[in-house]
Amino acid sequence: MNALFSLVAVVVLMLLALFGTYGAGLQYLFGVIIPYIAIVTFLVGFVLRVVRWARSPVPFRIPTTCGQQKSLPWIKHHELENPSNGFSAFLRMALEILFFRSLFRNTKADLKSGPKLVYGSNKWLWLGGLVFHWSLLVVFIRHFRFFTEPVPFGINLLEELDSFFQVGLPIIYITDILLLGALTYLVGRRLLDARLRYISLNADYFPLFLILGIGCTGAWMRYFAKVDIVGVKQLSLGLFNLHPVVPEGIGAFFYIHLFLVSVLIAYFPFSKLMHMGGIFLSPTRNLANNNRVKRHVNPWNPVVKIHTYEEYEDEFREVMKEAGMPLEKE
Amino acid sequence: MSETPTPEELVKVDYKPPRKAWMDSKPEMRRGVINWSAVPKNVEYLDLPFPRKWQPTDDDWKLPENWKEIILEGMRDRLKRFRTFQIFMDICVRCGACADKCHFFIGSGDPKNMPVLRAELLRAVYRREFNLAGKLMGRMAGARELTVPVLKEWFYYFFQCTECRRCSVFCPYGIDTAEITMMARELMNLIGVSIDWIVTPAANCFRTGNHLGIQPHGFQDSVNFAIDDLEDITGIRVDAPVNRKGAEILFVVPSADYFADPHYYGFLGYMALFHEIGLDYTFSSFASEGGNFGLFHSNEMMKRLNSKIYMEAKRLGVRWILGGECGHMWRVLNQYMDTMNGPADFLEVPKSPLTGTVFENAKSTRMVHICEFTADLIKHDKLKLDKSRNDRWRVTFHDSCNPARAMGILEEPRYIINNVCNNFFEMPEGTTREQTFCCGAGAGLGTEENMEMRMRGGLPRANAVKYVHDKYDVNLLTCMCAIDKAVLPALMDYWVPGVQIGSVHELVGNALIMKGEKKRSNDLRGEPIPGKEAAEDV
Amino acid sequence: MFDGWKIIVGLIIFITLATVPFWYDAAAGKGTDAPDIRIETKDVPGRDQCVMPAEYMRSDHMELLNEWRDQVVRGNQRVHVTADGRKYSRSLTNTCLDCHSNKDTFCDRCHDYMSVKPYCWECHLEPEVMK
Repeated sequence: MNALFSLVAVVVLMLLALFGTYGAGLQYLFGVIIPYIAIVTFLVGFVLRVVRWARSPVPFRIPTTCGQQKSLPWIKHHELENPSNGFSAFLRMALEILFFRSLFRNTKADLKSGPKLVYGSNKWLWLGGLVFHWSLLVVFIRHFRFFTEPVPFGINLLEELDSFFQVGLPIIYITDILLLGALTYLVGRRLLDARLRYISLNADYFPLFLILGIGCTGAWMRYFAKVDIVGVKQLSLGLFNLHPVVPEGIGAFFYIHLFLVSVLIAYFPFSKLMHMGGIFLSPTRNLANNNRVKRHVNPWNPVVKIHTYEEYEDEFREVMKEAGMPLEKE
Repeated sequence: MSETPTPEELVKVDYKPPRKAWMDSKPEMRRGVINWSAVPKNVEYLDLPFPRKWQPTDDDWKLPENWKEIILEGMRDRLKRFRTFQIFMDICVRCGACADKCHFFIGSGDPKNMPVLRAELLRAVYRREFNLAGKLMGRMAGARELTVPVLKEWFYYFFQCTECRRCSVFCPYGIDTAEITMMARELMNLIGVSIDWIVTPAANCFRTGNHLGIQPHGFQDSVNFAIDDLEDITGIRVDAPVNRKGAEILFVVPSADYFADPHYYGFLGYMALFHEIGLDYTFSSFASEGGNFGLFHSNEMMKRLNSKIYMEAKRLGVRWILGGECGHMWRVLNQYMDTMNGPADFLEVPKSPLTGTVFENAKSTRMVHICEFTADLIKHDKLKLDKSRNDRWRVTFHDSCNPARAMGILEEPRYIINNVCNNFFEMPEGTTREQTFCCGAGAGLGTEENMEMRMRGGLPRANAVKYVHDKYDVNLLTCMCAIDKAVLPALMDYWVPGVQIGSVHELVGNALIMKGEKKRSNDLRGEPIPGKEAAEDV
Repeated sequence: MFDGWKIIVGLIIFITLATVPFWYDAAAGKGTDAPDIRIETKDVPGRDQCVMPAEYMRSDHMELLNEWRDQVVRGNQRVHVTADGRKYSRSLTNTCLDCHSNKDTFCDRCHDYMSVKPYCWECHLEPEVMK
């Protein structure tokens, strides 16, 4: 149900862009106004969300330790899994963000007769997730050929690497295949795995279908129904130069593509996609396990009602005396 | 355990999620899988709100009229105070990596025991109240209103989480269900919805200094009793001072160590060790509990119960503090104590009087784990050990959740065990160290009435023990956690009969050759040591 | 603990990265003009029209060239017949560049603008070299 609803939502968005531009002639709305609104929403929304997180303090230092602590000098300490200082925590975070280290640990539990529980390695999600995120990043950076003039050397290099196999014409980008493949896997597992279907919300399907829509329209324009890319570049340069122009005759697919991208980035700050910012602030990962070395301060450390030794001795003085225990007050 | 299904029945776990969406199904409150409510007397003693008589099995929980406002206000307040709460509500992508990492899910198949859905119980309400899309689109945006049935679900599932943090090891964002469960329990406390096996130990601890409610003279008796027992076994009468001012070290243990079996043998082990090395230490009858059920209640309660440790250290004028074998106790000591009740500037940086080792890793908190301390002694050859005295044991080691995942003390106990016994076998990979499985009864859930759920939750742990029991004839499961030692015997009897539970320091005490000891024919359990008993009689 | 300054630095880095195209284009100052493409062609007797309509050529010339290459190299079919019956030799250098001899203004400017690196010239000699 959730999946269908999200799919329909994305299709409706696509039709909206199609009829908005080629039916109603609202190219300026879809090509300029909506993208600007989306960019502003993204930037402001992202910052506000992070600021909202940042305003809540981290009262306790609670890293999840996944390896040996630093204790006695002769015991081998696992610096990355149990960082003892800020720099190690930084490295741990880098591995987490760049290579999804925690997900790499993923296992699959199976209950067999006996009973016998077995735990197999299960790295598909890690692989699919990693391929998806890295491909998306490369695809995004590749788009700088539309965003910049002159196109920086690094972008050329990236494109050349990405089209390394020189298959097809226009040459097929490796990341296009990887991105669409990984997305298909990510959608597929949610649909086919009963357990995942059970936990998935609209908020899980919608961004997947949205990105799938963006990827498909993008690939379609490059490999099949070509649009006037000189016009596309003029339009996007116009956006970034703050002198918007809408050249005539850019194909409809472009506007669908652009509209879906606008929706995605405007939706971003209000959704689970904020895991992009959140991972940096996750207190179980970004703190060192050095609680006993360096005191962590809680800004709202509450004053609580405690029970003092004096109250305790007052209550139990007689029995303590009888048991011959030392007392503060005889 | 009469009502608990047999292992054969219980192991038929169905992992297939039901057709109905999770928001539409309700758990059945029944004996075996829930815990009884907190008794009003103890709720009152701790000045907690809304003491009353009610049970989770009742239809009417006698909630205060404005219970919903109280909870929502509590959420708002906690979102402002805990970045974890705020972030963990916002960033989960429901990738499902955590699903089969939870021992309660593996043992029960209940989809809402997947950590992701456990958290969604709270998130759905968060979306409804604190998120625009949730407010506008309701269920379409994964939001739902907080109602009495939702509250009951919270109770059911947040008291089916042992805060073991195993899921958090696998989460790509480090989302820690323990933290989420702690928030949910704090919220429920606000309207007087808590369980007895948390509130009553907390009330006891607040009054007498320990969870079991043992009064000072009782504590003194226990220590005296242990001195006698140790003399019977070793022929040596040790000195074990209580509340002695001016000692170098304050030694704090979980109360079960001097009161319960099999903890007690480890307690004898400590005392034998300290005597042998001539340690200048004292117990405190007030700081007679290192464990802290406040951790399972609220951060405020944790702070209240923990405060006595530094207070006693100061009153007794010790230089530093040593802590016994206990799991959640060490989570509190390692991650919370200094922040809550520090700084401990009246203490000194811990330094072993025997080896001169300075425990730099406890420079600020000034409290050292007994296994760090003993490992250092063994490394510096300060102990004479006879491994063969533990030969009747074929030993494996259970990493307790908190020492593993909230501290990382993995090698110290292994080093000790390998130096005091000849037969040590590790459980399979994926069930030890940071991936260790919970005993199934931590965080206040180790009750009789919760027995079925305990056996379910303990299945992964027990099954790994069964593996080494079948393969290597392992007959002793050692651990350094008082809750483990209390609940694992029942779990082993149920799933792996023939395996007993022991302390790391029980094995140390057995192996320790003491100056002037009599020929040891019995181990610390008072049971004959095979091969040694005959020689004496001849 | 808030770690406020770390978060602020992080946000500044993020915003800077996210808005790089704005800064870059402002600094480059190239505006939004389309590339200055010269389509004036050399007068070649009997050739007043391209092999395909300009519209098609603008977006799909690479497909046509690719087809030609395959047909010539693999099929030895060297003659292209247009829809209206005109005949052309399938040759980049001899047919296309005959009229469009101004490679730098006709081909390169647009390719540079779009950051496209056609591999035609890995085999074919550039017209300047031929002269």
